[in-house]
Amino acid sequence: MQSHSIRQSPWLFGFIGAAVLFVATIIVSRGGGASATFHAAMAFSIFSVLVAISQMLVITSGPGNIDLSVPAVLTLCAYIGMGVMHGSNAWIPVGLLVVAAVGLLAGAFNYAAILLLRLPPIIATLASSFVFQSLAMNAGGDATIKPPSLLSAFTSLSVGPVSVLAVLVVLLTIGLAIGLKRSLFGRRLLATGQSEAAARFAGIRTRQVRLISYAGAGLFSGLAGFLLAGFTGGAALNMGDTYLMESIAVVVLGGTSVAGGQANAIGIWGSALFFNLLTIMLNSFRTPVGLRYLLTGAIIILIVTAATRPLTRT
Amino acid sequence: MALSTLRERPTLELRAAAKSFGPVRALRGTDFSIVAGDVVGLVGHNGAGKSTLMNIIAGVVGRDAGDFLIGGTAIGADYSPAKALRHGVRCVFQELSLCRNLDLAENTRMLHASLRGFGWRGRAGRLIHGMLEDIFPEHGIPLRAKVEDLSLAERQMVEIARAYTDTDLPARFVILDEPTSSLGHEATAQLLRFIRRAADRGVASILISHRLDEILEVCDRVVVMVDGEVVGRREAAGLRRRDLVGMMGHIETPLAEEATRRSLGIKRIATPGTPGQELPIEASAGEVVGFAGLDGHGQRERLRMLFFAAGGEGEAAYVAGDRGAEGVFPLWSICENMTIRSIAALRDGLLISRVRERVMARDWVDRMKVKTDGIDRLLTTLSGGNQQKVLFARALATDAPIIFLDDPMRGVDVGTKQEVYRMIREEAAAGRCFVWFASEIEEMANCDTVYIFHQQRATTRLQGTEVTSARIVQASFGEDALV
Repeated sequence: MQSHSIRQSPWLFGFIGAAVLFVATIIVSRGGGASATFHAAMAFSIFSVLVAISQMLVITSGPGNIDLSVPAVLTLCAYIGMGVMHGSNAWIPVGLLVVAAVGLLAGAFNYAAILLLRLPPIIATLASSFVFQSLAMNAGGDATIKPPSLLSAFTSLSVGPVSVLAVLVVLLTIGLAIGLKRSLFGRRLLATGQSEAAARFAGIRTRQVRLISYAGAGLFSGLAGFLLAGFTGGAALNMGDTYLMESIAVVVLGGTSVAGGQANAIGIWGSALFFNLLTIMLNSFRTPVGLRYLLTGAIIILIVTAATRPLTRT
Repeated sequence: MALSTLRERPTLELRAAAKSFGPVRALRGTDFSIVAGDVVGLVGHNGAGKSTLMNIIAGVVGRDAGDFLIGGTAIGADYSPAKALRHGVRCVFQELSLCRNLDLAENTRMLHASLRGFGWRGRAGRLIHGMLEDIFPEHGIPLRAKVEDLSLAERQMVEIARAYTDTDLPARFVILDEPTSSLGHEATAQLLRFIRRAADRGVASILISHRLDEILEVCDRVVVMVDGEVVGRREAAGLRRRDLVGMMGHIETPLAEEATRRSLGIKRIATPGTPGQELPIEASAGEVVGFAGLDGHGQRERLRMLFFAAGGEGEAAYVAGDRGAEGVFPLWSICENMTIRSIAALRDGLLISRVRERVMARDWVDRMKVKTDGIDRLLTTLSGGNQQKVLFARALATDAPIIFLDDPMRGVDVGTKQEVYRMIREEAAAGRCFVWFASEIEEMANCDTVYIFHQQRATTRLQGTEVTSARIVQASFGEDALV
């Protein structure tokens, strides 16, 4: 029998790993690049966290649920957002609304495919990601469109050493953590993820819950695309590529159960920082790409093995 | 283990076995023994330690202390389900252990490693089919079916038959944990007869059941447990039901004798029915309506249909009998499991109020006398009966005017049943409407009106004093239709 605290602690490993890497980086660089390293890790973690939130919502809604269309929705929304705004600061609110709508619709489309065509989520979202990617290519707009200057400025705005966007996303994460525990939707999502049958007999409309999860996932992926395009100076067709595996790895390492029904929003930050620090560190050693991937993979396996002890039932 | 020792009436013996789960002491130095050819009944409340004791014998749970001998061989700490199997220990547990996606032969092969090589499937099939025929003649189970396509009762029959099959690994000690809770009357009688026949062949059975009449009918000896200790060992001959209940610390209250029926309130459920085929089903506020009939005649399905039709949040609540699959949220505490149906009412602004949630959970843990040391424990750490109480509380704590009960007393002890019956009557008196499907006919005595189902249709309605076991049985066989 295991108590609540032990069962839910694996997410701490992300934070611990991040701290260890950070200290290691400081030692290797002899204290020189600490602040720059931390800034870079924070900046990229913002986007890792947003895509991971998408993935968390979907994964938590039950065994087998996963959203492989995260990178495609991100890319599509980046293109559409940049296209709508056309570099004009005045159009930023409109761009944001359009991106939100497109993200929600894309997520809803995913769930509709799962429900109506009875496709397994892994197939449905894989198929729809091709649709979204080709929409981004054809209808999305021109890749050369620059983001509005205000958007770019905002994504890298800092007050002192603190990135404003990072603070906002941290607040969002905390809000989600509270919401998962104490909002009606949060409880219903966790219930649906643990046992769909039990949830239905407890009066929960499980389809509605899953629809909201998928739509929410689309929303956060879209938002990530919008902000990432602002941050990197424009949309690109391959901008989402790294986020497919990363979104899943960050969520799982962050303490969310792949079997569904158990989510951890705060843990996402720990594992997102860990992943980005790892990348930065390996880059600074000029590690070849192949070796970098190999090391990243090995470290994920190591940590997940260490962090998740078998859950014994009595 | 040499076969010769098996021939000399081998004994399975546990001495001073102890086991704790965290702060809960499930077994406090318990002695238990059974000799080949014996039939021992094991009775006690939910949480008395029966399942823990059996799990130790089956190798599922390790003991903290105590000696364990099978046929004179000392059993060490490395005991496991696989070793138990080699010693001839077989189990039929409440939560069925068959693989849903496999057929009968394949499930049998899982128990018998010697069914290998060319033609194993045929041999495994003949083995299980032969045993099914032996125990449950005319069982009607399609022999090539996968387990997932069988009804609950059929699965239970397969599970039981499998436990008694012999290859070079013979069945010696068979543990039956509430084997009859999902079986119909006929199958139950067949099983009890078979247990005696098996005993004559030297196969010992340990029967755990809350149906005391079955225990008294079939067992040689009865062992009574209370709070992790054995409080009585008796020869079954001459023992009365009342004695057993007394030893368990309960005085059996006679069933409700309310001759005067309450005046009924607003209609909560009304189906049109089909003239000449099915009666209209009606249920009013303040009424307890029962659904009875033989297994698989559509009572349960109708209950579910009515629940989902009444559906909308707040309108109806549901108490699942199939706890593991349809009731329990395994990652959640007692508190979260209990309040999930009421969270909308427990809000303070946008968020669920921690304080109100915990007050509700504590209140109902007390009212239902759930045996636990805190509402933050995982629900799955409680015994089956206590889990069921929490599921009851989940429904009763809501303000839903209709509550559907899906055979919720499966594997629940006598004391708990009486408490829950009383609570149901109180709640009904306060204006709630209950629709209750039960596989045990006795439970229908708590209902104002009973609909009996035959071939997927409600064909008989009994009211008030007409509700008797005899009438229900008669109607179940379709002999008293459309009254």
